[in-house]
Amino acid sequence: MSLQATTSQTVGPYFKIGLDWLHRDNLAGEGVSGERVTIQGRVFDGDGVPVPDAILEIWQANAHGKYAHPEDTQDKPLEPRFTGYGRVPVAADGVFRFATIKPGPVPGPEGSEQAPHLLVSVFMRGVLRRLVTRIYFPDEPRNATDFVLNLVEPERRSTLIAKKTAGSPGTLEWNVVLQGPDETVFFDLGL
Amino acid sequence: MKRVAGYRAPYPGTQPNHLHSPYVSSIKRAPTKPQVRIPYTLSEVTGPSFGPEVVAPKASDLTSGHSGEPLGERIIVSGRVLDENSRPLANTLVEIWQANAAGRYRHAVDQHQAPLDPNFTGSGQAVTDGEGRYRFVTIRPGEYPWRNHYNAWRPAHIHFSLFGPAFATRLVTQMYFPGDPLIPFDPIFNCTADEKARNRLISAFDWETTLPEHALGYKFDIILRGREATPMEE
Ligand SMILES: [Fe+3]
Repeated sequence: MSLQATTSQTVGPYFKIGLDWLHRDNLAGEGVSGERVTIQGRVFDGDGVPVPDAILEIWQANAHGKYAHPEDTQDKPLEPRFTGYGRVPVAADGVFRFATIKPGPVPGPEGSEQAPHLLVSVFMRGVLRRLVTRIYFPDEPRNATDFVLNLVEPERRSTLIAKKTAGSPGTLEWNVVLQGPDETVFFDLGL
Repeated sequence: MKRVAGYRAPYPGTQPNHLHSPYVSSIKRAPTKPQVRIPYTLSEVTGPSFGPEVVAPKASDLTSGHSGEPLGERIIVSGRVLDENSRPLANTLVEIWQANAAGRYRHAVDQHQAPLDPNFTGSGQAVTDGEGRYRFVTIRPGEYPWRNHYNAWRPAHIHFSLFGPAFATRLVTQMYFPGDPLIPFDPIFNCTADEKARNRLISAFDWETTLPEHALGYKFDIILRGREATPMEE
């Protein structure tokens, strides 16, 4: 017997009531290994206006490139203090910020190795089903051979790669642009 | 090299498009460029997990935790979380949020001229049991006006958020109540083209979970995406 997945609906304007309790904007507490990074940015709508009511969720591997999930059977260490999950709302000015570690590379399709990346879900009023995207890292040689990045038109790949921030080492900038020439690449997982 | 088994694509029309212009907020927020189809990798078939330990013992009773009883009609909302292959999804986090009986959210942005209820916050959490069951005790939320179009009112609804076993199974949706006259006029309800898929968002009155002299029961089963068959070794 085959069922059909329940249809998605928007989080609406009041999701804070239900989702606040599980905010996680520091994914890498004490004792977690890896290169510390802070990722900050803004969410912009089709008029270029910052969106004040979006929420991002992050999913990532640890610094060894292992996910805290039973389906990751790689022979790599887990870190008990690292779950890889983040939930980060934007502030009234559209700004979000979270602290984490740069993940290690994880296996990709056809025996490839994926460049380090974070998975991101974006929810907000007006968005009827979540938007799925990825954050890659600057100065990362593996980006050139990453299977997923190579599925994206070359001129749009930069929307997926965080930028270094002048004068602030360890801080990366990455924005979500919903429409327009700089529109962020969103992925189709058959959602 | 073993390929990763992905998750099933939805039946056509059973999930909303990003742009649904009768819902005005989607016009400036729906991406306009085509989404890039990618294969499933370990990244998408893994995902966060939350066991019962993350949820406070009374978190599934939205009528508790205050000095008095909330106003309104007490209800019990329960159901099962299954995947498309009819497998129960145990140990999955279900989060809900809703307006109070007067149709007002406890939220700074909600300026509807309806009273707040000091005994109602409007958020709850539960983790499904071994058979995928969840159960919330709450009050029936009120309908509320919004500014989408002239005389726009949202039907009574409860917002639901679920994780499931993988990044790919994450779902946010809304549950409606049977017989609500506002449902056919609601652009958010109507954003899904397939009528049967839409109507599955409407809960059913449930005699079995109704408690004598205490609360009406409503049943709402939630289906998360099912796994594709495991690919062969290559
Ligand atoms: Fe609502």
